[in-house]
Parts: sequence; structure tokens; C-alpha cells
Amino acid sequence: MQKKMAYSFPDEVLEHVFSFIQSDKDRNAVSMVCKSWYDIERWCRRKIFVGNCYAVNPRIVIRRFPEVRSIELKGKPHFADFNLVPDGWGGYVFPWILEMARAYPWLEEIRLKRMVVTDESLELIAKSFKNFKVLVLFSCEGFSTDGLAAIAASCKNLRELDLRDSEVDDLSGHWLSHFPETYTSLVSLNISCLGSDEVSFSALERLVGRCPNLRTLLLNRAVPLDKIANILRRAPQLVEFGTGTYTAELRPDVFSYLAGAFSSCKELRSLSGFWEAVPAYIPAIYSVCSRLTSLNLSFATIQNPDLIKLVSLCPSLQRLLVLDYIEDSGLEALASSCKDLQELRVFPSDPFGVEPNVSLTEQGLVAISWGCPKLESVLYFCRQMSNAALVTIAQNRPNLTRFRLCIIDPKTVDYLTHEPLDVGFGAIVEHCKDLRRLSLSGLLTDRVFDYIGTYAKKLEMLSVAFAGDSDLGLHHVLSGCESLRKLEIRDCPFGDKALLANAAKLETMRSLWMSSCSVSFGACKLLGQKMPRLNVEVIDERGHPDSRPESCPVDKLYIYRSVAGPRVDMPPFVWTKDEDSSLRLS
Amino acid sequence: MSKPIEHDYIGLSVQQLLSMESSDSNNKKNGLHLKATELRLGLPGSESPQSEDHDHNVLSLKSFVSGAKRVFSDALDGGGKWVFSGGSGGGSEGLFSPRSGGNNGGNGLSGSDSGLGSLVLKDGAATKPVLVQEKKPQVAGGSGHGTGNIAPASKAQVVGWPPIRSFRKNTMASHPPKDDDDAEAKLGAGCLYVKVSMDGAPYLRKVDLKIYGSYKELYSALEKMFSCFTIGQCGSHGVSSRDGLSESRLIDLLHGSEYVLTYEDKDGDWMLVGDVPWQIFTDSCKRLRIMKSSEAIGLAPRAIEKCKNRS
Repeated sequence: MQKKMAYSFPDEVLEHVFSFIQSDKDRNAVSMVCKSWYDIERWCRRKIFVGNCYAVNPRIVIRRFPEVRSIELKGKPHFADFNLVPDGWGGYVFPWILEMARAYPWLEEIRLKRMVVTDESLELIAKSFKNFKVLVLFSCEGFSTDGLAAIAASCKNLRELDLRDSEVDDLSGHWLSHFPETYTSLVSLNISCLGSDEVSFSALERLVGRCPNLRTLLLNRAVPLDKIANILRRAPQLVEFGTGTYTAELRPDVFSYLAGAFSSCKELRSLSGFWEAVPAYIPAIYSVCSRLTSLNLSFATIQNPDLIKLVSLCPSLQRLLVLDYIEDSGLEALASSCKDLQELRVFPSDPFGVEPNVSLTEQGLVAISWGCPKLESVLYFCRQMSNAALVTIAQNRPNLTRFRLCIIDPKTVDYLTHEPLDVGFGAIVEHCKDLRRLSLSGLLTDRVFDYIGTYAKKLEMLSVAFAGDSDLGLHHVLSGCESLRKLEIRDCPFGDKALLANAAKLETMRSLWMSSCSVSFGACKLLGQKMPRLNVEVIDERGHPDSRPESCPVDKLYIYRSVAGPRVDMPPFVWTKDEDSSLRLS
Repeated sequence: MSKPIEHDYIGLSVQQLLSMESSDSNNKKNGLHLKATELRLGLPGSESPQSEDHDHNVLSLKSFVSGAKRVFSDALDGGGKWVFSGGSGGGSEGLFSPRSGGNNGGNGLSGSDSGLGSLVLKDGAATKPVLVQEKKPQVAGGSGHGTGNIAPASKAQVVGWPPIRSFRKNTMASHPPKDDDDAEAKLGAGCLYVKVSMDGAPYLRKVDLKIYGSYKELYSALEKMFSCFTIGQCGSHGVSSRDGLSESRLIDLLHGSEYVLTYEDKDGDWMLVGDVPWQIFTDSCKRLRIMKSSEAIGLAPRAIEKCKNRS
């Protein structure tokens, strides 16, 4: 009886039900129920996320999901952000665009992170997808404003163009003029990364003026302060705005015109930009402060007391990015005025200086942990820390989900007790049971990894530098952290034993990065041979590893699971197992 | 002026360069060095007012490896002597000449011929830039290899630490926060990534100019980075590092490719590297390009004009 019902249940109904299921995890679970659900689900999946572009290849994706409208791809490992991945390593998007141009003519959204995008790729996107709507290039590189011009000219339905933190060859500001006069559908534009001094102001103003749905506009440094007011007046509906260079000689007429423009933006909730900000013009934004939920002052050179005054005027703030000019005193003020704060990032104003230039210590973070009950995400650069402070923070804020602490000098001890910071970080993982992301710093022994392996059961991403004593440290993490997806390690004395003993674990993770550690080439070869579904990449610019003894440690190691086999686009300084010993799926 | 068999800037044939290297009297070496270091930019066929017997013009990068390096390496001292520093002024003759730099005869010849960087010299009179071969110092591998033998101003900088994204680092570096403190001390720190492209190479590299203290260090690093393009794939010839290159391979490369190091400055003009004091160079350099010598022909005159305009 039940069997009959299953066969007679129409696919369309199931599809309709599945359409309410958006998360990838749930979709994947649905597809595993039975063969017919797998089939139905694959035809109606519209959105794909590929966390590692080399874990799979475009053909496999296209074969399984024929009707995709939105794709997100990530390329280089995270440590590429800090220049640890040599240029030319990979992460090229072109092969994907080529295949998708054929298979997904109705593709609407492409989101890329840490990938190499060429003008050719952008031109192909512009030409191939008639209903293209969203292009997000997060920390990408390899393209110029010529490619952007192609997108602007051809994508009549473009809603979102977000180039955040990408490296763009900014050849000229005129690419903006390539948006036709008939084009009015822009909703979000982020060009904050464009470096040149040129921008076509008139094209920008006209574009802004004719797009009534524009919600997000993040300008680049080329836009001077005195141009902002005109832009804002054309787009009073903006929700998110990023200024350009926020400095000028104080002139009352300019100031009041600007202040007026800001105050007319009743929907404004998020501000950023503020390059080279001068205190004199900060009050121009006061009228919007009470409504602000997000404020990015991490490029603003203003200091206390102006900085304290500003944040104290923003009681609705949920997200604050700021330089360490805020100091402990500013963070205390923040803790008492911003009770809704969820995310705090404090960046160093002088990271390479030998002496501290500001009075920002662990006390600031402790104050925030006392005062901000909703705090869940922290990125904090400082120069001193104590176990006591970390324990306090952990006990105050068990709801932390992301905790990244960077004590600027590697292997810094607890400044009060001169001990390692094992106990402090141990408290963090013990109390913060939902912790998903953790970055360690300071002097740390294998003990901290024991704590992490024991307590950090929800931890998905761990970043480690200059820490640990032996392979035991790595073993604790690999054997204990059940939810671990990404592990990145640099300059730690971890070697072959822990890696080989936990080889199977690596297939349950997205990737492992180890650089300047003690993993031998022999171990890498062995791992590559034994684990066909792992790509073991040895990245070494010193020449072929065979020219050194097998016991010699490799420079950099990147291991990731893959169903696509070894990749075909490796540069000369990357070695991996021979193609014969791998499964090559077409 | 003799026309070379091989088409290179100096106007010397490879055989001549190799034979110069084998001479062993100090005097002769020094004499050669003097002439060598007074070499000016060679456009094939151009005249150099101060040339004596050879019209040596520039000995270009030569893919960073050359048997001739030993000829000139003696003349080049370590550290900042061969580099324009702010204090040494722009007009003095033979700024990079061995007269001011000392005459360590032997040090250049020791060690392995693991390749070359090149250094730009300036002749006071003609203010034409010159490229000279020099011996690359060995750079240690392993952790922190990005810094190698470099000693930066503030403290030893480890590659990628503290973990600050390039976007942020470059932004803060090019516009350092104004401070009551000594702003210059801060300018010396930070980092400044510029792209380096090489004609014929499949992809760009990036270098942080702030970690080098001199042109010499920059050349060493560039040669290390780009050597695998010029030698071919590091693995495919079965050669592990440049130390293992045979002489015949070096000669093959000399015949083939000739490169000069150029940079794009803030005005968007392409200049030969080495015209200006190192500090000014790092402040104005936006990107680097290792270009074929044949394409660099137009550069010299503009470089001269710029120098004149600046001074």
C-alpha cells in the first residue's frame, strides 16, 4: 500500500516542497533519501556552492545539476590572503565559465572568492548569460577595468556588481560610462578596491541618479569628499554607503551641504570607507549614527576623543570594524553604549612597529565581553594578553562563534605570569560550545591542542601559527575536532606521524594547509598514494623535491579532498602524485 | 665600436665576456670593473661619451644567469654601497663605481654561480642608467624564506605575519596614518606589494618592495622567482636548482633571451630600474616588468628627461 503511494506521488509536488529548502546541507540530505528524490532534487537545485574549486570539476557539476542559476566558487587557500601562496598557484575561473556558458545559459549569479579572473572570463560572462544579475568578486585578481566595461555594457539586468578587496588593474575610470543610459537596474555597487585616481564622476552621478533601486554603494578612494553630497542627494534611498577619501579642508558650506545630504538618507544603516578621515568632517554623519547597524572605520585615521564620541553616538551598532586607535578607553565606551554589538574587528594601525603606538591591550576586549551580551564574532589584534583575560572573556561570552586573536609578536607569553596561553584558549573552547572558527596566537604548547581536541566539537576552521611542540599537538586536533573542515597551520613543529595517523580524517575535511612545518616529502608521497581521493600538493619554490632527501621537510603542503583527481593547471613549483595513481573523472 | 656577434647591449660577445672572467690579476679585474661599472645603458649602436676601448653598454639581466657575472661581481660590495642612498646625492660621478665602494677583489668569485641579479649604476656625467651583473647572495630556504638575508628597518618581518590582508596592508602602506610620532619611522615599515611581470612568463608575481633595502636585494629575489621560467620547468630538465646548471646551458640562455628590468612610476611612465635612489624608487614604483631588451629601446631618453625634470 505504501509502496504504491510512493510511486504515485507526483514529482511536481515534491519539487514544490523542495523549493522551500534552501540550505545546501538540507538539500544534500534530501538527495540522499532515495534515488527518485535524488533525481528530482538535482533537477530543481538552483544554487550551488563549491568551497574548493578543485574538489570537483565543472563537468561533474553540470552533469548532476543541469538547471543551476547561481554558483559560488572559492579558489585559493585562505593563507593566500597573507601572501603565503605563490602567484600562479591556480584558482582560475575561466574553465568554469567556459563550461557554464554552454550548459547554463540562464545563469544569473556568479560569486567568486580568491580566484583568478581574467578579462577574457568577464567578457565571456557578459556575452553568455542573457539574464545575468549578480557578480561578486571577493579577493579576486587578474582582471582590469576593461573586463568590467564588458560587463557594464552587456548585462542589461545586472543588479549587483561587488568587487570587494579584489586586485583590479584600474586602467581608466571610463568603464562606468559603459553602462548604457537605458540601464536602471543597479541595486548594489562595490568599487571600493579600485585604485586609480580616475573615476568618471559624471558617469557615476548619472548612473546613481537613474537607478532608483540602488541600495548599496561603496565608492573608492578616487571620489573626494566634496563629491559625496551630490551622489547622496541622488540616492537618498541608500541603505549601505561607502565614502571615498574623507578628507578636505574644513569649509562650512561644504560641511553643511554634506551633513544635509547624509541626513536626507533615512534608510542608511551602514557606513564604510573614510580613507584618511579628518575629524572635522566626522560630525557630518552624526545625523545617521543613531540608526547605524554597521560601521567600518578600519581605514579611518581618526583617533580619540573623536573616535570615542562617534561610536558613542551609535547605540544600534551591531558590527564595528575599527583601528586600534580606539584603544582600551574607546572599547570601554563602546561596551557601555552599544549593547547590540555582535561583531567587533580591531585592526592594528602599526603592525610592523616595534613598540606599541596606542594604548590597546587585552583590557579593551575584556570590557567588551562584559558589556556586550550579543557579541559572537571577534577579530582582535593586540600586543599583550593574559590567560586570566581569556578566561574572563570565555566565561562572559559563551555565545562566541568566531574568535580570532592575533597577538602581534609570535610566541608572546602571558604578560602577567609569563606562561603559555594554553589555559586561556582552553577556556575559550571549553565555554564557547558553539565556536565555529578559532585563530590562535601567542606562546602555545601541545596542551592547547589537547584542550581544542577535547572541547571544540563544533569547530569548523582553525588557524595556527608558531605554536605547539610536537606531532601530538596536531594529532589532538585531527583526532578530536569532529566538525573540522579547514585547518591551516604555519611554522609549527608538526610532522609526518600525526598526519599519516589521521589520514582518513583528511577526507572528511575540505582542506589542510601546512607551511614551514616538518612534513617530509616522503610522507606526502605516501599520503598521495594511499589516499586516492585526496590531492596532496607540495608547493616548493626551491626546485623539485626529488632533488632533496625524502626526509627533507617540504616548504608548503596543501591537501584537499577531491573527486576530480589531480588538477591539470599546476605551475612548475607544485608537485602532486602521478596521474596514473589517481582516479580521473572526466 | 665593435659590433657583437650576439645581439646584446654591451656589444661584447659571450666569448669575450667569458674570457674576461678568466683573467686573474687584480689590477686587470679592477680595471675591468671600472669600465664595467661605468657602463651605461646600451641601446645597440648608441654612443657613450666615456667609453674607452669597449663601448660597453648595458649588460642586461640575461635571464639572471650568465657566465660573465664573475667579471663584475667583484666590484660590487655588499650592503648599500652600490645603491643610491638619499644622502649620497645625485650628481657625484661614479656613484656606483668601485672607487667609492671599495675594492674587494675576491668576494665575488667565491661561492656558487647560482645566478645573477643585476644592478643599475649611474654615470654622473651622462646620467644614463646602467645595468651590471652581480652575484646573487644565497638565500636560505625553509621558514621565513621570504625574508632570506634581508634585514629590514624596524624588525625582522616574517612573510605573512601578522596576518593582514594585502588589500589592507597596501592601503595603509601607501597612505600611512599621520601621527605625532616620527612619521618617517613608520614609512619605513609596512609593506608595498607591486606586481612583477616578465615577458613570456605565464603569470605575474608580486614582491613586497619594503622588505628589500637595495636594488641588489631586489634583483636577487626577482631572479629567484623568475628563474624557473628562463631555465624551463624546474623539474623537467632534471635540474634541482640553479646550482646544478651546466655552463653550456648558461650560454644557451645568453643567446636566447635578453631582459631589462623596468618599472611603471606614479605618472604612468615606464622607466628603467635604477635611475633614482632606492627610497625614491620604492615610493614611486607601481609595478615592475622584466621586458625584452629590444622593447626597452624607447626608455632611456625618457628616463633621462625625467631625471632632469626632477632634479
